[in-house]
Amino acid sequence: MTGRRTPGVVAAAWLIARKDLAIEFRTRTAFLSALVFAVLALCIFYFTWDQSVVPPADRAPGVLWVVLAFSGLLGLQRSFGVEEHDRGIDALLVSPISREAIYVGKAIGNLVFLFAIQLVAIPALAIFYNLPFGRPLLAVGGIVLLATIGIVAVGTLFSAMAVNTRLAELLLPMLSLPFFVPILMTAAQATTLVFAGRPPAEVWPSLKILIAFDIVFLVACTLAFPYTLEE
Amino acid sequence: MLPASPAIEAAGVSRTFGRRRAVDDVTLSVPAGDCLALFGPNGAGKTTLLRLIAGLLAPSTGTVRVGGRPLRDDADARAQVGLISHQSMLYRALTARENVEFAARLYGVADPRAAAVRALDDMRVLDRADTPVRALSRGLQQRVSIARAIVHAPGVVLLDEPYTGLDAAGGAALTGMLQSLRAARAALLLVTHNVDEGLAVASHAAVMLAGRIVRMADCATLDARTFREEYRALVVNGDGLPTGAPLGLSA
Repeated sequence: MTGRRTPGVVAAAWLIARKDLAIEFRTRTAFLSALVFAVLALCIFYFTWDQSVVPPADRAPGVLWVVLAFSGLLGLQRSFGVEEHDRGIDALLVSPISREAIYVGKAIGNLVFLFAIQLVAIPALAIFYNLPFGRPLLAVGGIVLLATIGIVAVGTLFSAMAVNTRLAELLLPMLSLPFFVPILMTAAQATTLVFAGRPPAEVWPSLKILIAFDIVFLVACTLAFPYTLEE
Repeated sequence: MLPASPAIEAAGVSRTFGRRRAVDDVTLSVPAGDCLALFGPNGAGKTTLLRLIAGLLAPSTGTVRVGGRPLRDDADARAQVGLISHQSMLYRALTARENVEFAARLYGVADPRAAAVRALDDMRVLDRADTPVRALSRGLQQRVSIARAIVHAPGVVLLDEPYTGLDAAGGAALTGMLQSLRAARAALLLVTHNVDEGLAVASHAAVMLAGRIVRMADCATLDARTFREEYRALVVNGDGLPTGAPLGLSA
């Protein structure tokens, strides 16, 4: 065949991510459900705690990470669900692109999806819990960015593993949450320090741990991913 | 460019699922320009064999090669393959054109948009190119699925019941497409229940029973009428090849 040049890992990953985002943009089902869940959870957490015991600003970091973790799971669930319906995954596997490219593409799509939810959820949190807009919120944005990369790296892998099972909706959180714990703990600690107005030097060690988690999870999950597709 | 060796080659391929042996020691080869029609009753292992050849399943034993190369580990070999399956392998939220164009981009086709339009036109579904797949009938989805599989002009086409859901016009378009692929030296492996449609495009025919290929023959010397009747009797009986039944084929 002439006139053909198989896309490399990055180009193929971008094709898959763009396709996934186009599908989500058309249907908006996962995005809307994750967004509604995030905002409702923020409201419920706000109203169910006695504000005279724990001030809202002290609760905000924990609430933020609980909401982001569970709304993120809703997005991760759909990641391989779209491939399963009419076995679109078979067309990807038969094509000349590498399996690593499929993983990276799915992860990029999930990352954009989760960022879109966070773009609404974080300002909503700031409004509900009376947090200062500006530099602290920007710093939290940085923490969220690093933590989301780790969450997506693990969640994308387990989404591929869970999708072929009958209990996919249950299995994905069961598999993912234990791996989310170290990321969420570190991110919540860093967020608490930022909201408490601590200097950046105190936050930096947590960020370094998050970066280390990201690198380890990304590499390990990219290498493990091809084996999750074996029947 | 595929080498002169058989385009599709399976040697001693077996696949077990737990204790069940779905494909049992199958050896076959399909040279470029040939079409092997694989017939067999439900559960004979035809689809499993096709998925093994497509690289979607790893064989328990044996080897599968496309153009002389192992398909699962070789991107260039996979680039030569087009797969049409039971499922459409389409994304329902995308339009027919977007689905086919996406496939063309995965294969690195030079002008994916033009290639998608051509493939949809070949399958006579271009007038529905901008319709989301979810709004298309089963037959039209099947046409789009075929366009997706052949958009990169593959050298090897694997087809699993491709006529399912197609009306007369769709069936004719597919038969014409398969004949032109053969003329372009593509190797075809066609899994079907429909003897007439299979024999219309096949150069060789094979019958699969209980995971094994029990008969293989050249269609040029095949007595189609005898084959049709005896194959029908075999499927209706469903209990294996009757002793001494010729099926119009030579073993």
